[in-house]
Formats: sequence, structure tokens, C-alpha cells
Amino acid sequence: MAKNWLKGAKTFYDTIVIGSGLAGMTAANKMAKLGYSVLLLEHHYNLGGLATWFKRKGGHILDISLHGFPIGMIKSLRKYWTKDIADSVIRLRKVQFDNPQFNIETSFDKVDFTNILRERFGVLKETIDEFFATLRAMNFYDKLTISTQEVFEKFFPGRTDIHRFLMEPITYANGSTLEDPAITYGIVFSNFMDKGVYTFEGGTNTLIKKMKAEMLKNGVDIHTHCPVDKILVDDKKVTGVRVHGQDIGARAVLSNSNILSTVHKLVGDEHFSDEFMDEVKAVRLNNSSCQVYIGIKKGETIDYVGDLLFTSTAPEFDTESILSKDVTSRSFSFYYPHIRPGSDRYAIVSSTNAKYEDWADLSEEEYLKEKDHLIETTLDALEKYVPNIRNKVDHLEAATPKTFKRYTLHPSGTSFGTKFEGLKISQDLPKQIEGLFHAGSVGIIMSGWLGAANYGVIVANEVDKMLRSQEVDSLATATP
Amino acid sequence: MDKEKVRTAILDIIADIAPDEDVSSVDDDVKLRDQFNLDSMDFLDIVMELRKRFNIEVPEEDYEHLITMSSCISYLSPLMKDRQLAS
Ligand SMILES: Cc1cc2nc3c(=O)[nH]c(=O)nc-3n(C[C@H](O)[C@H](O)[C@H](O)COP(=O)(O)OP(=O)(O)OC[C@H]3O[C@@H](n4cnc5c(N)ncnc54)[C@H](O)[C@@H]3O)c2cc1C
Repeated sequence: MAKNWLKGAKTFYDTIVIGSGLAGMTAANKMAKLGYSVLLLEHHYNLGGLATWFKRKGGHILDISLHGFPIGMIKSLRKYWTKDIADSVIRLRKVQFDNPQFNIETSFDKVDFTNILRERFGVLKETIDEFFATLRAMNFYDKLTISTQEVFEKFFPGRTDIHRFLMEPITYANGSTLEDPAITYGIVFSNFMDKGVYTFEGGTNTLIKKMKAEMLKNGVDIHTHCPVDKILVDDKKVTGVRVHGQDIGARAVLSNSNILSTVHKLVGDEHFSDEFMDEVKAVRLNNSSCQVYIGIKKGETIDYVGDLLFTSTAPEFDTESILSKDVTSRSFSFYYPHIRPGSDRYAIVSSTNAKYEDWADLSEEEYLKEKDHLIETTLDALEKYVPNIRNKVDHLEAATPKTFKRYTLHPSGTSFGTKFEGLKISQDLPKQIEGLFHAGSVGIIMSGWLGAANYGVIVANEVDKMLRSQEVDSLATATP
Repeated sequence: MDKEKVRTAILDIIADIAPDEDVSSVDDDVKLRDQFNLDSMDFLDIVMELRKRFNIEVPEEDYEHLITMSSCISYLSPLMKDRQLAS
């Protein structure tokens, strides 16, 4: 008989959270701390969503999305998780760019960027200060008519080298491009510029293990291997979810599944108004990714070449070439032993932005061939920075948009949710169906580790507000 | 709750949200944001704590009243007048 993955789950919860990405887990933990009964359902066998890792023979541990996050993560981990978790955040020392327009090393913060823009690119101090101030001042309520491209043109007209220096890392960090609203750039860039790029000592596996322990301590019921099939709706109200053929009741359901999957698959279009569905139809998914995981042999070492390396052979930065299957731009993350204290192992992960369509329709044979090609060309590119790389490696593996789709169930394997317009859909769900909420990578600004975790709290606040008001109502009706 | 108690209640919340800040030195007329390095997520946390501890709902359009300690006190005092700490 198949294992009962729902064993021990109750029949009714205050809140059911679908998906254990950083938004889902942070929301689940917050709700539990507020005293609600919470069920967390995850389709995969691990928690974490894209904040994940895998192990391979030979002692390799490979992280998927631990390239780096802004300092704000320390505060969020401390407030919404534990001091112990927050205390493991460490700063990356060196970020490097190498492309036909420039080769630059930076600590990736405002002071250093200001110096580089002045000395290397010859920009006036006043212009740089105003540029930073403009981005800092951007917030959610800004008009969205200005694109990132237009902001760059205003401050650094015609300087494609500067545009590249400012844009390339953010394109990898959240999939935003020059054509997107400037706010999607401004918020994330300002977060990083605050005090640099950070990582988690102990690796993703340690982080997720600690988060799981904290959720259990706070009383969250956690069930993996549980793909939710349906969010149950009755008379414009959420009543629960269906999973493994079983119905579990809830006062609120918070979906960490992609916003479009939440609407189309989990709830069903028929439950929403026509106007709302028109808006949903206009939502564009963000891009997906390819990665190559490079495990270094035990006993081999690699010299310190920085923690993050943005390389490109494209003459200039442009959106199309960064997404192209004919890869010219990559970011390399180097994992040295100090990332996992006690370990003596090295690993390198190469990431590129990618389109699902380029990989979806290949025959099995072509697909495998293309993956091999991706691995080989990645090693070719890496050879420049790590001479003799092929002799140092004993594990090689590639992930494509199809891989991301399989593990996260995200449509087209999207790495960063949707473009900006998706955020409104996410926030409007409860107006369409009482008790239905979404938190997770959406609208570009709510993606990345920090964006997703914080959005989890923002939405937990909405759920709390609703559940509280129901309690006040029922008290009011109970007292004559 | 009198004004002094309201003040203490708000300070307790801020101390929990910003554990590294010394809240006892608060200047009632300087923006909390600047004094204690608070960002918009911190203000959201304050709103959630007010709801949890005192059953008070601060609607989004009223967030501006939480700008300084004195503005917090004058906005929250009438709401908290007959509230006890939720047990
Ligand atoms: C290659 C790559 C590199 C990245 N690098 C970085 C980085 O260096 N720094 C950074 O800050 N961010 C990075 N990101 C982005 C970051 O990882 C994500 O934005 C963030 O982790 C997303 O969190 P989330 O809460 O939106 O959910 P996700 O992580 O997308 O998780 C959603 C979860 O929901 C589950 N789920 C979906 N549907 C169902 C269902 N029906 N039933 C049950 N479970 C379901 C999925 O299995 C998954 O676990 C990277 C992303 C990618 C793809």
C-alpha cells in the first residue's frame, strides 16, 4: 500500500499553506506564532522550494539559489525566524565582472560602486548621488511609466558600459530587464547597494533544516510529498483543499504556488469575475534558468577568484542575448569550504537566464545532447578563470527550465514568478474569493529570497486581519 | 489605559521588533523610522503586534499616524483607552 503522506493531519485548520518556498514557510511560521493552527503542504520531498540544494555521490552538496541576497535578509530572518538563523548570514567578499566592455572587481556596495562609477567610468559625483537617491526613493506607489532603460538614459546617456555594469547583476537576481518598470530595478538594486551581498554559512541545507525545526516548534503541521490538486471554493468562499483525494477544511488558504497556477489550476477560472480574468490573461511569466553544477574532486582546491563572477562575451548587454539559448552570458557562483565550516569541499554553479520554449519541445535525444553542450560550453568559459577545470571536476550536471518546472510545478519553470502586473492579481485574490491568499515570487519586486520571505509576512498580516475580523464578528453575534 | 501606559506598550513593541536598538532613549518628536532604523516591514510588524496584543486594527491609510512617538500616542490613546493587554 502506498504510504499515507497525510498521516496525522487534522481535518480542519485555521490556515493551509500550499508550498514551502521562502514565502510559504515564512507565512506559515508567522501564522503559527500568532496562535493559528497551520498546515503546510509541499509536493516535493524537501522543503524550501527554489531555496534548495541536492547531494551527489562523492560528497558533493550543490546549492541552487544561494548566490547571494541583500543585508535586509538578516533582519527578516531575525524577526520572522530566529536569532540563531540570522547569525549565520555572512558577507560575500568579492564580486567580479568580466566582459568585452570592462573587467571590474567590487565589494558590491554603494561606496564601492560610487568609486567605480567616478574613477572607472568618469561620472560626476553629483550625478551618481542623484542616481542613488532616485532609486532609493522609489516605492511601490510610484507611477510605473518609467522603465529602467529610461532611468539609465537620463543619468548616463549613451553609456552602454555603465548600463551593463548596473543592470547585469540584477537581471540575474530577479529576471528584470531594461524594459521593465524602473521600480523593479530600483528596489532590488537599492537593497543590494545598502551593504553588499550576503550568503548563508552552512549552506541552504542548514538553513532549511533550521527553519523546519522552528516551524515544528511553533506547531506547524508539515507534510511533504503532498501536491495539492484543488483549492475548494463554495459560494465565493474558500473552504479547504483537496490533496491525495482527501479534503481538508480551512478558514484561509495561502498559496505559494505560482499565481497563475493558483488561479487556473488550483481554484479554476470559473470562480473569478470576467474583469479579473481579463487582468489575469495579461500577466506575463518571468524567465526561467539553466544551471550547470560543477562538483570539485575531494582533495582538489581552487584559488580564490571571488564569490560571484558575471561573465559575458556579448559586445553589449541586451535582454534578448541574455535569454538566448546560444549562451554568451553566465554568472558563476563559487562555493569555497568556508561556506560550510568543517567541510573541505569546493563547488561551482553556473547560472544563465533561459526561456522554457527553447527546451520544452526537444526530443529526448536532442534534450540530452543540448544539456551536454551546455555543460561543455560552460566548462570552456570557466577555463579562463579556473585553469585546468576539467581535471578538477568529478561531478557535472545540468538543469534546464524543464528541471525547474518539474521540481517547483511552476509554469514554464519560471525562476522569478511573473512580471510586474502579477502582483496586483496576487493582492486582489481575497477580494475575489474570501479566504484565498497568495504569497510568493510575483511582480519581480516580491521575488528573491528577501522579497519572497517578506511578502510571506505581508500576506500573513492580511490573513490574520481577516481571521481576526471573523472572530470579532462571531463574538458580536454571540453576545445579545 | 492612560497615555503613559500607551507609551510603554508602544515602546515594548518596538523593542521586540528592533532588539538591537536602545528604545529607552526615544525622543518623542523625532521620526521613529530615523531613530531606530525602522523600514516599512517594521511598521507592518508594529501593526500586527497592535492587533495581537490589543485587538486594534490600524487601517493602511492611518499608518502615517505612527510616524513619531507623540503621534502614535495621540492616535492610539483613544483606541486603547479601554483595552487591556490581551492575555
Ligand atoms: C537558478 C536560480 C537562482 C536564484 N538565485 C537567487 C539568489 O542568489 N538570491 C536570491 O535572493 N534569490 C535567488 N533566486 C530566486 C529565489 O530563489 C526565489 O525568488 C525564491 O526562493 C522564491 O520563493 P517562493 O516563496 O516564491 O517560492 P518557491 O521557491 O518558488 O516555492 C514554491 C513551492 O511551492 C510548491 N508547490 C507549488 N505548487 C504546489 C502544489 N500544488 N502543491 C504543493 N506544493 C506546491 C513547490 O514545490 C515549491 O516548493 C534564484 C532562483 C533561481 C531559479
